[in-house]
Order: sequence, then C-alpha cells, then structure tokens
Amino acid sequence: MARQGILVDRPYERLTGEQVQLIHQSSMDILRDPGLISFNKEAVEVLDGHGAVIESVAGDHRSWKVSLPEQVVVEALKSAPRTVKLGARNPDNTVVMHGDEPKVYLITGSETNIWLDVDFPTYVHKSDPAREIKVPEFKPRRGTVEDLCQSARVCEHLEMVDGFIRNVNIQDRDITEQNKDVNKYFASLNNNTKHFMSGLTSLDQLDNVVRMAELIAGGEKALEDNPIISFITCLVKSPLQLVQDTTDTFIAVCRRGLPVAVSSSPQAGTTAPIKEAGIMAQINAEVLAGITLGQLVKPGTPVLYGSVPVRARMDTLNDSYGAIETSQYNIDCVQMARFYGIPNYSTSGVCDSKIPGQQSSVERLFSDIVVAMAGPQYLHCAFGLLDCNSVFCLLQAVLDDAHFRMIEFLLRQPRIDQAEMEVVLKQIRTVAATPQKLYINYIRPVLRSGELSGIYPFEGSGEADQVFELAHERMQELLAMPVEHIDRETTARIFEEVPGILPRLNVYEREN
Amino acid sequence: MPEDTINLIRENVIQGRITKDDEGMDEGMVGQPGVTELVEQALAEGLSIQDVITEGLSGGMDIVGQKFEAGEYFIPDMLASAEAVGAAMEMLQPRLAKSGIKTKGTVLVATVKDDLHDIGKNIVSILLRGAGYVVKDLGNNIDTQVIVDAVREEKPQFLGLSALLTSTMARMGEIIQALEENGLRHQVKVIIGGAPVSE
Repeated sequence: MARQGILVDRPYERLTGEQVQLIHQSSMDILRDPGLISFNKEAVEVLDGHGAVIESVAGDHRSWKVSLPEQVVVEALKSAPRTVKLGARNPDNTVVMHGDEPKVYLITGSETNIWLDVDFPTYVHKSDPAREIKVPEFKPRRGTVEDLCQSARVCEHLEMVDGFIRNVNIQDRDITEQNKDVNKYFASLNNNTKHFMSGLTSLDQLDNVVRMAELIAGGEKALEDNPIISFITCLVKSPLQLVQDTTDTFIAVCRRGLPVAVSSSPQAGTTAPIKEAGIMAQINAEVLAGITLGQLVKPGTPVLYGSVPVRARMDTLNDSYGAIETSQYNIDCVQMARFYGIPNYSTSGVCDSKIPGQQSSVERLFSDIVVAMAGPQYLHCAFGLLDCNSVFCLLQAVLDDAHFRMIEFLLRQPRIDQAEMEVVLKQIRTVAATPQKLYINYIRPVLRSGELSGIYPFEGSGEADQVFELAHERMQELLAMPVEHIDRETTARIFEEVPGILPRLNVYEREN
Repeated sequence: MPEDTINLIRENVIQGRITKDDEGMDEGMVGQPGVTELVEQALAEGLSIQDVITEGLSGGMDIVGQKFEAGEYFIPDMLASAEAVGAAMEMLQPRLAKSGIKTKGTVLVATVKDDLHDIGKNIVSILLRGAGYVVKDLGNNIDTQVIVDAVREEKPQFLGLSALLTSTMARMGEIIQALEENGLRHQVKVIIGGAPVSE
C-alpha cells in the first residue's frame, strides 16, 4: 500500500505547446551561452568529462565557466528516472510519483527559524464588563528540537500530509553545526512515520544520517528499496551559479543513489528577469543543469525537478510568495517538468502574512488551489509556514490540513456516466410526480458515503468567528495523540552508532 | 411479542424507514418491515394506539431529536424519520377519534400570495406531522382572503405562513392584520417563516 495522492485528471496548464518548446530551447541556449559559473571543482571535472566546455574564470582555479551543449543535457535527461519512490517508516505512507502522472502528494515545509506560540487571553469590554472575548495572541520565539518533535507528531496525524520536510530550524544551546543534522533527522523520523526530506547542514554528517536511516529501514539494501529519507539541495544559486558546498552535498547524495530534489529558487526582478519568459527560461536551465550533473555522477539517480520560483516585493525586494506571479511561475514549472517526464517538486501556500489570519488564508489558498490544479507530484505546500518561510505555526498547519481536504474534494473527478445518469433520471421523474417535489429522500444514501463535502470544520456557533479557537482545540487533540516511535532496540543501536544525538530525544531513556 | 413490535416501530422511526423497501441508516434492512407495516402489525396484535404513538413513534422521534442535537443526524435523517411518523399517523388517524386520543393540534400552512417558494413550508410540514400535529397545507401563492377563510373554517390552533422574497414577506403582516379585522386573531397562534424573516 502507498499513499493515494490526489489525481488531477485534467491539469491546469498555462503554457501552449509552442511556449513549452520555446522555454526548453531558450534554456538550452542559456546553458550553452552564457552557461554556468561553477564554484565547485568536482562538478567541473564531472561535466568536463562528458562534453561540457570548461574555462577557468580569471585563471584563479576557484571558479569556472561551464558551457553545456544541448546534447549533454538531452543525454543526461534520458537516465533520470520517470518514477521516483519515496519510502517511509510505515510502508503505508510510501509515496510513488510518476513524472507523466499529475497526481499530487502534499508535503510540509521549509526550515523556519521562528516558532509561533498561540495563546487565547480573554479581553473584557470596557463599558460592558460582562462582555468577554477571546483573542488569539501569537508569540514568536526561536525554534527548538522539541518544537520539531511536536511538529512531526502533529504532521503524523494530519491526514492530508503525505510527507514531512523538517520545518523548524533547531536552535537549542546544545545544538551545533556538527550535531544539527543527526538531531533533526532523528527528531523527525522518531515522531513521524511518513517520508522525511531535509537539506544537510554539514556534509560531514551525511554518513551518520544515512547510517541512521539504514538502521531504521533494516540495512543498506532495505534503505535502497525503501528510501525513508531524501534530500533537497539548492546547488544552483541564481543566476546560473553552481555553489561549492551544496554541490558537494548533491554529488555525495547522488553517489549514494538516494532521492534528491534539485531545487532552484530564482527571484524575478533580482536574481532572474522580472519577465515571465525570462525567469522560466532561467529556472528551467538551472534545474536541468542540476539534473544533468546528478545523472552524470550516477545515472539513474532518482531526482525531482525542484522549482521554487518567486517574485520580488517591490517595497523591500524580499521574496513575495503572496504575489500572484509566484503561482504562475510554479504552474509553468509543473508543466515543464511534465514535458521532461520527471516528477516535480513544486511550491504553494507560502505567504507574506506574518500571523494566521485573513491575509494568510487568502494568500495560501490562492496558490494552494491553482498550483495543486496544475498537478505537481511533490507539492511542498508549506503546512504552517508564514512570513515567507521564516515562521512556523502549528495552528496554521492544522488550518492548512482542513483547507487541503477541501481542495482534495474540489479536484475530484466528475461522477457522470450512463449508469449514474439513469439513476438520477429515475429520481427526477419520481419527484416530479410528487406534490412536494423534494429530492431530500435521495440524500441519505450518499450522506455518509464520503460523496458530499463537509461544512467548514472550524465553524463557530452563531455569529462568532471561532476558527482559531476550534483549530487550537484540534491542535491540542493532535498533540495528545500517540505516535509510533522507532522501536527500543533500533533506538539503542542508533544512539550507539550515530554520535551527537541529544540523550533527551531517547524516549526510552526518558521512560526510565 | 407486543413489546418487540413497539421497539421495532421506535427503531424504524430512528432508521427513517416508512416501508420494507426503504434502506434506513444501517446495512441490510431492506426487506424487513418498516414503520407502516409494523404499525399494521401492532394493530393486529391488539396493542394500544396510545402505546404505538407515545412509545413507538414519539419515542423514536425523541431519540432522533437527540441525535440531531448531538450532530450525529442531519436534516435529511430527521425528515426521513418524520415522514415515517407522518405516514403512521395518517394510518392511525381514523382510529384516533374513536380511542379518544387527541393530536397535538392542527397547523394550517401556506406560502403567501405572489410567492411560489414552498421548500421550507413543505419541510416544516413533514417535521410537524412527524411531531404529531395534523397539518393542512393550503399550498403556495395563496390569497390572503383564502387563508382567512380557512382559519375561520378549520379553526386551527396554529397558522404557519411562509415567504422567501423580501417583496412578499410584508404579506404575512397583511394576513395578520386581516385576521384582526375578521375577529380571528385571538383564536390562532401565527408562526411566520422564510429567509427574509430568519436571523
């Protein structure tokens, strides 16, 4: 069994076939001229050996101009798998993505520095003290490893979440550059049985992280068959630069054959042209460059076409995920990935709003609905994220889950066929002959079949808006629900073989 | 067993099954007797009409009401149950007078002149019948004078008036005024309904 995903039978596409070809050809032109600047020597060596034209920049031997002929890219793309499997501790949570199938899996979000606590203090009306109202108050603080555990636990129980990307940057005093990776992987894997994706803070920790995954999966071969972890690497810094450290990580992950998202995040207006044609040609070139490198390092490496395009805000030049164009770019990228037949990592739901509220709901739903309609396979839909990926709020994640349930319903296929039509024609004729002319009696057979959408789950009583209060109650329920931790024996082996994991994360030691 | 029949009536009211052909809430009920067949059976067994109504029909509706309050049942569920009770009460109607059992009262309902919208009125009628009232439905687009005449002749305890449109809701006031002018207002309680008068 694997997770079902949401099949978008007729995906929304903005680009014509001619526009797709034009973007593709322009990307090929870009990769040839001006090509890329690589700050990573190993990447240069790999590309040099497969037909790229290399030229040292200013003779400093620290950066190189790389011109990629179209044929190199086209050949490399042939070995990129069209189907990518993302395993999970619980096999029922496995995600299998086909590049040509617009089936959407919903994944949580990026690493945020700030954790937003929620409280509901009571306010009393000045002129009428008998009138009280509860108003949500949001308090930001730095994220901790315990927050990441809580987030993983809640996301385990959020039904619409298909996979977990670590969403809290752990900043405890005893977390260092060296132990951050093992702690974030362990905290996430131990509290969530869905697929886990993350970036690496330190390449030195790759062996430890992979060893941890092997112990959980049941060995090296078992991890290969059931890759419970995957990686995301932003090896291309826009515009068109292969950076040293993340390219090192990317190459190392490819050599291990574990799934990896090749992500590029150009900002239209600053690190990419403000025009749609420009950012599309560039991001496509950047992602294809990464995929090409990965396939040349190890043909058949399972890769995701990772697109995180965004438009710049004109008042600050920061990212504006709430900008409508950001959704348009993402929809275009889904179509480009499908053109190549490679599963797509896309982005939605990231918002400019700093706290949960009307702005966050509008911004998130605007992109969640339309990008999901495009049919990306791996939709990083930023559960709980606010303020352009810098803040995480569990309350928002609970709201997002409810909203995605509605989107899932929206994307259901029409149930119209001959048999169904015959049934309803009979109903119409029957009711037309009755004095009351009501179809209500025919509701009951479908009332509890899942065929009807539900009312908004956080609707309050009367005129009061109780969305936050009710979502908060749901959040508390989810936090109280147990999760299936890694078993005692495996936990002991992990703590024995993988250095640096904080003892307080060992649930069995805490029991003692 | 007589008690079993009463229990079955109550259970089938909860299931919202009028006849043996109805599905109800639970699986596998089609083919088993519904409320109307069970009421016939109860009468054949010589059970008292009082028990059939209070223990079986009303008892079932009480539980349906509780389930609705708890969010377990929805309006279509309650309507199905009410229809089952309404059908049973129609069967029992000829025997009620003989047995001296009084209904909860008569409700005259109508949608006012120039308004054809009768969904709400029809739903309310079903629920009232299910609750044990006798409902006399005049229909929709009904002249004020027709309603006044019906109140005079039928002598209902309640008059239910319905209007969906803001342009027709004032008719309900006119009807109440006409009842006053005809000296009928004191003998009937008037209930008004419809979207423009609902909070």
